[in-house]
Amino acid sequence: MSAEKELRVRPIRNGTVIDRILAGQAMNVLKILGIKGAYSDVVTMAMNVPSKALGQKDIVKIENRELEEKELDKISLISTGATINIIRDFEVADKYQVELPEIVESMVKCINPNCISNTKEPVTSKFEVKKDPVQLRCIYCENIITENIAEHLL
Amino acid sequence: MRFERRHIISMKDFTRDEMEYVLDRAAKLEPLARGGRSDLLAGKILALLFYEPSTRTRMSFETAMLRLGGNVLNLGSKEATSIVKGETLADMIRVVSTYSDAIVQRHPSEGSALMAAEFSSVPIINGGDGAGHHPTQTLLDLYTIRKESHLDNLDIAIVGDLKYGRTVHSLTYALSLYGANITLVSPPQLKMPDQIKADLKARGARVRETENLEETLDCIDVLYMTRIQKERFPDPTEYKKVAGAYKITTGHLGNVRDSMIIMHPLPRVYEIDSSVDTSSHARYFEQSFYGVPIRMALLTIVMGVGV
Ligand SMILES: Nc1ncnc2c1ncn2[C@@H]1O[C@H](COP(=O)(O)OP(=O)(O)O)[C@@H](O)[C@H]1O
Ligand SMILES: [Mg+2]
Ligand SMILES: [Zn+2]
Repeated sequence: MSAEKELRVRPIRNGTVIDRILAGQAMNVLKILGIKGAYSDVVTMAMNVPSKALGQKDIVKIENRELEEKELDKISLISTGATINIIRDFEVADKYQVELPEIVESMVKCINPNCISNTKEPVTSKFEVKKDPVQLRCIYCENIITENIAEHLL
Repeated sequence: MRFERRHIISMKDFTRDEMEYVLDRAAKLEPLARGGRSDLLAGKILALLFYEPSTRTRMSFETAMLRLGGNVLNLGSKEATSIVKGETLADMIRVVSTYSDAIVQRHPSEGSALMAAEFSSVPIINGGDGAGHHPTQTLLDLYTIRKESHLDNLDIAIVGDLKYGRTVHSLTYALSLYGANITLVSPPQLKMPDQIKADLKARGARVRETENLEETLDCIDVLYMTRIQKERFPDPTEYKKVAGAYKITTGHLGNVRDSMIIMHPLPRVYEIDSSVDTSSHARYFEQSFYGVPIRMALLTIVMGVGV
């Protein structure tokens, strides 16, 4: 199978492969998953892998973990085309593309320091999502985030 | 009407029909605003929560309420400061909404009115949320234009701080629904943001930009002046130069249309010379007064009282 050539490190038995990540975003995906220094399971990351469809892509593989809804939503914000491959017993058991949510709540910090969502008030941030390119519009102050969304993730 | 017992947060919540509904009701109530007596809102209580200073907005809401036979509760400025330190706005709203039939709020954070609406059991009227929205100002501006000039086929020049001025952003938004012909007059550092201009055009307004006030004066129906704030200019001499260039005096009025009117949301500083006050073009004090019938209209609507 052609995937053999891509498997530079040992295959995982159970876990998740996040494929077709926008080149350059793999580190941010790790950040979203809370993988910083010490982590008990096998994690592999590949950056700037040649890809027919994308030119280049990043890949992240994590053993023994399936992702939560919120993590998937965050990944969709920084890499709309990423695919999630659930690996069970070395085989791809399920495969789907991340989906941009219409509203993101408590995931992103508003860039406007004077926004009510950035005060001690009991409100969490809430954005409307627009596609192509991804734009987040704060429902409170209407400021729009278009660039470096990864930097504003909560 | 969609706003019965509902919140009034932003002009973007209004369709053109809804704006006109408010203006028509204000026209009906104008005689009462001029000193009539009424008990339309007898037994109703309006809470005024002003976390920032305000004269016109706060007082015209109070006047509107009192002239309609209602009562007001005021958050004193001392209380406001102690609250700013401790209690959240959300808690304040939860409490005050159990004391009143509607709340007018001014607060320095953008989005504070929308948040208040989430916690309130009575309608919230946004009296200004930081650099965000101030819909009652826009409605009184529209009322003034409709009454003292005309809303259809309007040629209007808007002068001053077009970058940060929230008044200007919501006014131009509303005028774009009428396909107005808008000339934006400002110094280069205070030009209207591109996104807002693009939105205006997309909605059918014609928009032109210039730095030159004098060249636009003779072909407009409305001259809408705004204040240029000193704080926007790090260099005081630069501020002086700009303030001088965007100041209107009687000397400018020689060739203007007879029916041209001059508006200003007030307070003015240098933008309009006091010699203009007695000219037949000045309308800024009338404009200020029209805040009363507009606020009467809004109060009766959100409190669900027919007129
Ligand atoms: N057992 C495994 N261990 C690690 N990676 C795997 C495993 N099985 C598949 N993959 C990786 O998961 C992704 C999806 O696999 P596959 O469905 O075969 O390919 P594609 O999506 O490119 O058609 C590929 O990046 C592949 O290398
Ligand atoms: Mg493959
Ligand atoms: Zn915001």
